[in-house]
Amino acid sequence: MSDNTVQGVNGEERSSLTPEESARIRKRSLKLLGELVRPVRGRVILTMVVVILSTAAQVAGPALIAFGLNQALPAVLDQADWAPAFLAVGALLASGIVGAVLISWYTILSARVSQAILLDLRLRVFAHTQDLSLDFHESYTSGRIISRQTSDLDAIRELLDSGINQLVSGVLYMSFTAVAMVLLDPISALVIAIALIPLFLLGRWFQRRSQVLFRQQRVASAQTIVKFVETMTGIRAVKAFRARRRNEEEFGEKVENLRGINARVIGLFGIFDPGLILIANVSVAVIVLVGGLRVAGGSIAIGTLLAAVLYAKRFFDPVEDMAMFYNSYQSAAAALEKISGVLEEEPGVPAPQTPVALHTPRGHLEFQETTFGYGNGVEILPKFSLEIPAGQTIALVGATGAGKTTLAKLMSRFYDPTSGRVTLDGVDLRDLDDAHLRRAVVMVTQEAYLFSGTIADNIALGNPDATREQIIEAARAVGADTFIEAMPAGFDTDVNKRGGRLSAGQRQLVSFARAFLADPAVLLLDEATASLDIPGERAVQNALQTLLASRTAVIIAHRLSTVAIADRVLVMEQGQIVEDDTPEALISGTGRFAKLHAAWRNSLV
Amino acid sequence: MSSPSVFSSLWRLREYARPALPRLALGGVAGLFAGLLALAIPLVLRELVDGPLASRDTALIIGAAGIVLALGVAEAATVAVRRWLVLTPGTHVEAAMRNAMYERLQDLPVSFHDRWQSGQLLSRQGTDLGLIRRWLAFGIILLFVNLVTIVVGTAVLFTWHPLLGGIFLLISVPIWIYGFAFEKRYAVVARLSQDQTGDLATSVEESVHGIRVLKAFGRGRHALRGFTRQAQDLQGTEIKKAKALAGIWLWLVLLPDIGFALCLLGGIWLASLGQISVGELFAFFATATILRFPLESIGFLLAMTLDARAATDRFFEVMDEPITLADPEAPKHIENPRGRLEFDDVHFRFPDAPAGTPDLLDGVSFTVEPGHTVAVVGLTGSGKSTLTALASRLYEVTAGSIRLDGVDLRELNRDDIYANQSVAFEEPTLFSASIRDNVLLGREDTKSDPETAQKSLDRALDVAQADFVRRLPEGVETVVGEEGMSLSGGQRQRVALARALATDPKILVLDDPLSALDVNTEARVEEGMRRDYGTTSTLIVAHRPSTVQTADHVVLLHEGRIHDAGTHRELLERSAEYRFVLSSLDEENTR
Ligand SMILES: Nc1ncnc2c1ncn2[C@@H]1O[C@H](COP(=O)(O)OP(=O)(O)OP(=O)(O)O)[C@@H](O)[C@H]1O
Ligand SMILES: Nc1ncnc2c1ncn2[C@@H]1O[C@H](COP(=O)(O)OP(=O)(O)OP(=O)(O)O)[C@@H](O)[C@H]1O
Ligand SMILES: [Mg+2]
Ligand SMILES: [Mg+2]
Repeated sequence: MSDNTVQGVNGEERSSLTPEESARIRKRSLKLLGELVRPVRGRVILTMVVVILSTAAQVAGPALIAFGLNQALPAVLDQADWAPAFLAVGALLASGIVGAVLISWYTILSARVSQAILLDLRLRVFAHTQDLSLDFHESYTSGRIISRQTSDLDAIRELLDSGINQLVSGVLYMSFTAVAMVLLDPISALVIAIALIPLFLLGRWFQRRSQVLFRQQRVASAQTIVKFVETMTGIRAVKAFRARRRNEEEFGEKVENLRGINARVIGLFGIFDPGLILIANVSVAVIVLVGGLRVAGGSIAIGTLLAAVLYAKRFFDPVEDMAMFYNSYQSAAAALEKISGVLEEEPGVPAPQTPVALHTPRGHLEFQETTFGYGNGVEILPKFSLEIPAGQTIALVGATGAGKTTLAKLMSRFYDPTSGRVTLDGVDLRDLDDAHLRRAVVMVTQEAYLFSGTIADNIALGNPDATREQIIEAARAVGADTFIEAMPAGFDTDVNKRGGRLSAGQRQLVSFARAFLADPAVLLLDEATASLDIPGERAVQNALQTLLASRTAVIIAHRLSTVAIADRVLVMEQGQIVEDDTPEALISGTGRFAKLHAAWRNSLV
Repeated sequence: MSSPSVFSSLWRLREYARPALPRLALGGVAGLFAGLLALAIPLVLRELVDGPLASRDTALIIGAAGIVLALGVAEAATVAVRRWLVLTPGTHVEAAMRNAMYERLQDLPVSFHDRWQSGQLLSRQGTDLGLIRRWLAFGIILLFVNLVTIVVGTAVLFTWHPLLGGIFLLISVPIWIYGFAFEKRYAVVARLSQDQTGDLATSVEESVHGIRVLKAFGRGRHALRGFTRQAQDLQGTEIKKAKALAGIWLWLVLLPDIGFALCLLGGIWLASLGQISVGELFAFFATATILRFPLESIGFLLAMTLDARAATDRFFEVMDEPITLADPEAPKHIENPRGRLEFDDVHFRFPDAPAGTPDLLDGVSFTVEPGHTVAVVGLTGSGKSTLTALASRLYEVTAGSIRLDGVDLRELNRDDIYANQSVAFEEPTLFSASIRDNVLLGREDTKSDPETAQKSLDRALDVAQADFVRRLPEGVETVVGEEGMSLSGGQRQRVALARALATDPKILVLDDPLSALDVNTEARVEEGMRRDYGTTSTLIVAHRPSTVQTADHVVLLHEGRIHDAGTHRELLERSAEYRFVLSSLDEENTR
């Protein structure tokens, strides 16, 4: 089982992992990295080549000046020969131009690479979170997804933006110098080789420690984002329930936690970096000592020693860059771990392997020996079977919490049943092509969620191809046109965050118009008129009568006025359908519905 | 857009950066020092190789190695000291700014939050503050150190030879000119990119919060297309940024190199004329080479500064938003709260209401007497929710006043209002916490007096008919999903109602709190309210006659005014409008 402890987003908040877990996570992040780099590998290689060339041009500059001073100047002074001088100046100009052009080309190239990778990653995460089913979203809050898409991506971006340059030029520089060193003076090279051991150990130490810290940093950052998002979403409740002070404390703690981790990350680097410099400088001192003694012994020339010492110094020059690279690599790796975890999550409602098409749905729904529970072990719908013939209008009633919404969610495949099947026109929903299913079955959810954007945009979500006339027509059909036209910009009025510009009833009307526009074979209305006034509800009822004539509909409502337009009533109680008949039969009977209906009638005026 | 200059923008940071300044300044000094040491080491090495080492005296050799070692250790130590000095203060500044912004945001009125997407706010307190921290810890110090190096270095160049120094200075003039052009160009895209990042975060948030709608309509791909467009826009902006940077970098590398070439030519010429010695020429180039890196680094340091500036602007844009609903200077206190809520000629209109239209609330007056229940009835969009929001001072009346026990709400501290008054909103906004924490959100004695809190919790849950929570897998400790989405609609609403009841308020403001309940449950809730909260004044918005019936007094809101008021019976008898709004029996009901 230990294999599953870090599957997907499991164990995401843990920072110390067993070696096997680490290995598994590393494999998964590297795989993702590979997938991301593959499409741009041509450009990555080009970028590397440009870096190599521009490094060469940069190195050439000082060499040419040295040439100018050491060779060309004496030539002018001694022989009045200007040729080497012009050569040096010309070459210097040329290398300057080439170097400058290459550097600026590199800047653009590397931005293209890093932006292409980031775009790819953003879209992957977005698409994948859309594919994941509701059970995932219920436990993995939006704040965490947002933090994956923002702060985690920032970490990766930092690596991509400067990483290639630092890595390539650093490695290049070090290996050239190393080769030169071995050729020049193997013994000094040996000292450097020995210095690599503490260097490696220090690197290991840094990796171990920083890995844990960077993981903690990702988690802490996500926690502040989660708290932040939740506070902003629920700002009214925060204010009205005097939660401000407590929130400030709580958020402050999270911020302080994040700050502490950041400080520790930086502190760690503050040891790593001078540590590297120390190792470098000590090895130079050792080379001076060993070399000096050898010079004294006469085994090497003083000039060789000077060169060896300068090379050694230069060998360690890019160490700081490399340390920086390693640091941002570790940080990006921690971010990639989290992102790859989300991407590894399997949708609880998987897409069919071989999707069955349903081009002309009739709307015949059937539950066969179905049971259902939401992953927490409680069975919400015990085993039942139910057939809804095409074209029937069903009123689904029952006490709150009875399982009405749950039933509707199974019909629109928000979830799959724990056992048994749900079929549409004889096809198991699990096998049905998702696009066809969504076109055939539309649910107006209990929460009328509107996206920021115009009213027209929100209605058009029902059918993005709809014309303006169709949108207006849909609004008119549900009686939403009057209030929309009274808005400052009519259909183009921005509804603000979450539709906050509209009243609750207005939001419901817009959601309704949206469903109307989608024109599905099966329409599921979950308390779609609960916030409407009575005249508005009556108008919607009338619209429904024409709208539902040719389609299957399940109307969930506590206001039993819907029953008037239903062909059949289902009464639910604690997850079971306890009554099922025509409205007339049930009302005239003595069962629960008769009582419920009587109570409701009595409440009317 | 008249934007403040880079300097005056960033200068505002001093408010938060002040405590960090001494350490940052010391860090700058350590940085200069470390730079000097790094420069000195190669020179010292050369000297040692030429001197003591060449002497072939073992003692001197060991001594020389010792000097090298000491210098090396010193360099590592100054680097360590610099890092130690510079890096933690940055995190403190960042944290202080983050907390300040959060605090401010919680204080800003609801009307602000209506307008601002939380993705925008999020990116301002996240990514943006990170940019500022890094700029404070690296950018400004390096910029300072490098500028000093350039100025000093150029001056030194002049001492070697005025002509060569002049050439070098002249050649760097275009850099400054180009620098200004770059600043303009880059500043625009830097800002744009940060704004687009915020919009992207908003889209992510909406796509998750609205996931049920997107799934219900199968519009995941549609949302992805929109998101792709936005992400590509951001990508385009980032490339533009890179191009601007590439532009200035080209000059920053090219011009010094041209300068070198010209100086080399001029130097050799001067040397041939005997105007400069070979040694001086060597020294000139040694110094000039040192200037290379500082010059090149100006490009990304400038970019970093402009990024930090855009981030600072964005930060202060939020911080500068006025708190239009602030607590009064000299708040009054209600000594003996009785729960009398009085609307006196209340006017309200939203800022974006078209000119010429009447106010949304156009002179509303009525009173909720202590212990009474007043129901507000009206058509969709008539302003009922707005009225309740005014009563809890989430919005501010545009004219008239609302008084709590005779005191204008504007003269009370907001927390004093909420200590006496509790709200249940139309949307039951729950938090992803345990049911207990959700219900007890408004109580401040959960820790100090857990027994009373528990009693209130139990009573509230009972009255709100929310005893189902006790049958949940972990009872009241069960954590409800984000926004309570792992509860049924009616369950969510009952928990939100329980949350309002659990503070044992003097006044309850309930906005359509029973809309998701079935008739029987509704009746039980009403009965419980009468029994256990009978002495609590209640302002309740309702669409259903069953709820309205229980009220002592009903006001009918129509076109911004109180069209009629009285008991349910009276209104039903005398008001055609009332029958139109509330009656479903008579299908022929018309005005
Ligand atoms: N996402 C979920 N995770 C766990 N349990 C859930 C989830 N959604 C609903 N439940 C539980 O399933 C039961 C049935 O909920 P459902 O939403 O189907 O009720 P409902 O009949 O629609 O009620 P209402 O009229 O209040 O909307 C409830 O007890 C609820 O707590
Ligand atoms: N933030 C806002 N900015 C501008 N106009 C708004 C805003 N919020 C609401 N409105 C408008 O004010 C009017 C009253 O809205 P309110 O929410 O008070 O209605 P309501 O009576 O509660 O309706 P319902 O019964 O549907 O809940 C509506 O026309 C609405 O469009
Ligand atoms: Mg429901
Ligand atoms: Mg309302």
